[in-house]
Amino acid sequence: MTQTWCDRCGEAAAVGAHDGCAAARLLEPPRFCAHCRRRMKVQVLPVGWSAVCVEHGEIRG
Amino acid sequence: MPEILDQARNQVLENGVGLDEAGVLAVLNLPDEHLPAALQLAHDVRMRWCGPEVEVEGIVSLKTGGCPEDCHFCSQSGLFTSPVRSVFLDIPSLVKAAKQTAATGATEFCIVAAVRGPDARLMKQMREGVAAIKAEVDIQVAASLGMLSKEQVDELVDMGVHRYNHNLETCRSYFPNVVTTHSWEERWETLRMVRESGMEVCCGGILGLGETVEQRAEFAAQLAELDPHEVPLNFLNPRPGTPLGDRPVVEGKDALRAIAAFRLAMPRTILRYAGGREITLGDLGTRDGLLGGINAVIVGNYLTTLGRPATDDLKLLDDLKMPVKALSATL
Ligand code: SF4
Ligand SMILES: [Zn+2]
Ligand SMILES: [Zn+2]
Repeated sequence: MTQTWCDRCGEAAAVGAHDGCAAARLLEPPRFCAHCRRRMKVQVLPVGWSAVCVEHGEIRG
Repeated sequence: MPEILDQARNQVLENGVGLDEAGVLAVLNLPDEHLPAALQLAHDVRMRWCGPEVEVEGIVSLKTGGCPEDCHFCSQSGLFTSPVRSVFLDIPSLVKAAKQTAATGATEFCIVAAVRGPDARLMKQMREGVAAIKAEVDIQVAASLGMLSKEQVDELVDMGVHRYNHNLETCRSYFPNVVTTHSWEERWETLRMVRESGMEVCCGGILGLGETVEQRAEFAAQLAELDPHEVPLNFLNPRPGTPLGDRPVVEGKDALRAIAAFRLAMPRTILRYAGGREITLGDLGTRDGLLGGINAVIVGNYLTTLGRPATDDLKLLDDLKMPVKALSATL
């Protein structure tokens, strides 16, 4: 699957610069599904995180 | 040596009496060249009145997002266009998080919910969650659930919650610029009830909300008046979609000045690094703060953002020859 959307700001990944988003993501979980742009349900835990898109399922980090 | 540091050496280091608002302001206004001396003095005060141990804590969000309040810094308010969605943690995951926290050597595990105050459902979850943790994990349980009624304070005591966090966030005079859905006085009232109940009071705030240096000093003095067991010190990490999302982060040197000043205002409190230290201070500044008055850390991730790996902080404490406070020392 292609990463169409920026998982931090939710804008089109191919449009504009997302360097700031990439830098911020080092200390943040993703918020938007990169495939469909839906806002994900994100649970941060002391160790790791999980993010769920209703359409594309769960990712963990 | 600036006069204020001479005064602090006598008053705070020798006699354990914190600086007042004017004294704190003088420290916050010290020129850069005197910052190392201020940090050294704050460190000496911490070693003298608290000792070398560092209290390590982990925190977890039991209920994330969808909060009806409007704290302008908070990505969990349901009133802003923040991308943070509402989510609940189940009890098995809560217990697992407590186990992972205990495995780092932490003695404190704080359960947090993004609410104005707890409802019956949340209190029930807390009762189940705290009991499950106590049955399986050797760690002290703290809670942060917003504003409480007297009955809820008593319930938490009954569950065995030993410390309650409720931040005043900023000084009284600036608070209405940051929160409009409840008042500073309402927060103070919860803190008063928590104190009366015998639970330990944990109360701090966030620097960099747009408050003036004078208001930072006002805040330190108001916290000192409350005299909390613990003060978590956050630095604003501007969150997308919040009213403060475009604010600059606090300058590293100003953050260090604040750490020294807050320690000199409260010689005996547990002064904890909380959110925002990574972006405000970086690795080097983190070390400077631990040698400048800080004697507690949150390890691992925060509620909606991520922290450094716990191992990095534990290695730093080891390098600094600061022992992690043991569970037996907290009982
Ligand atoms: S009450 Fe707490 S969770 Fe709710 S908006 Fe304020 S800081 Fe955020
Ligand atoms: Zn982006
Ligand atoms: Zn999706």
